[in-house]
Amino acid sequence: MSEDTLSVRNEMDIISVRGFGRNVAAQLGFGVVDQCRITTAISELARNIVVHGGGGSVTIKTIQNDKKGIEIICKDKGPGIRDMELALKGGFSTVGGLGIGLSGAKRLMDEFQITSFTGKGTTVMIRKWLK
Amino acid sequence: MEIPILKIEDFLIVSFQIELSDHEIDMLRESILDKIKETGARGLVIDITALKTVDSFMARSLSSIADTATLLGARTVVVGMQPAVALTLVELGLRIKWKIITALNLESGVNLLRKSLKSGKEMVHE
Repeated sequence: MSEDTLSVRNEMDIISVRGFGRNVAAQLGFGVVDQCRITTAISELARNIVVHGGGGSVTIKTIQNDKKGIEIICKDKGPGIRDMELALKGGFSTVGGLGIGLSGAKRLMDEFQITSFTGKGTTVMIRKWLK
Repeated sequence: MEIPILKIEDFLIVSFQIELSDHEIDMLRESILDKIKETGARGLVIDITALKTVDSFMARSLSSIADTATLLGARTVVVGMQPAVALTLVELGLRIKWKIITALNLESGVNLLRKSLKSGKEMVHE
């Protein structure tokens, strides 16, 4: 079991954190398509941290119950999400862009949890299990 | 990081060989548009064979490069998307918003462009 927390402050960090996630996913035995899903989900959430959250961190860990999996926790101390329902619907963005970061990450992964407090920040946890 | 923009016949070829930051993609878009203006290219091929991740920002950038290049008179085709990337993009929910012409590889992309330029018609998939 491994656990690493990487700081995410700028665009270059988005590239390194998703690269790190890809390596962990590959080592766990995820196939190319799942590696791509996981990497893309990390990229979307890491970009949210940089663009909306003013920086934060991404923790990538390997997990196990009866199966092995990967868990990614993305944290920021930004303004938080005021209308969660709208944000999860997709097509929603306060900065422009396609606004599919959150809903996209949710669709690409097996589990998705989000907690957000206005003025305090947002934490998103995603998981994917090896089939 | 300087990405070469190659000219062949009357179109340009750009190949993404490394992962680009958002800023680098924006810079590349400007260089591509400058190069279209400078050369009067009528077509643009963007090769993304080497890209293992195409997130929504990259997808939106590709779409915007294609739109602006088309406005400048260069029809654009994106080639070489990896199957895993295509699958992920569809699941991400991008397909309906993405009006890009794509081809499996460089060769079919170039053929698609040549045909379209010759006939003056819009590019269509066969």
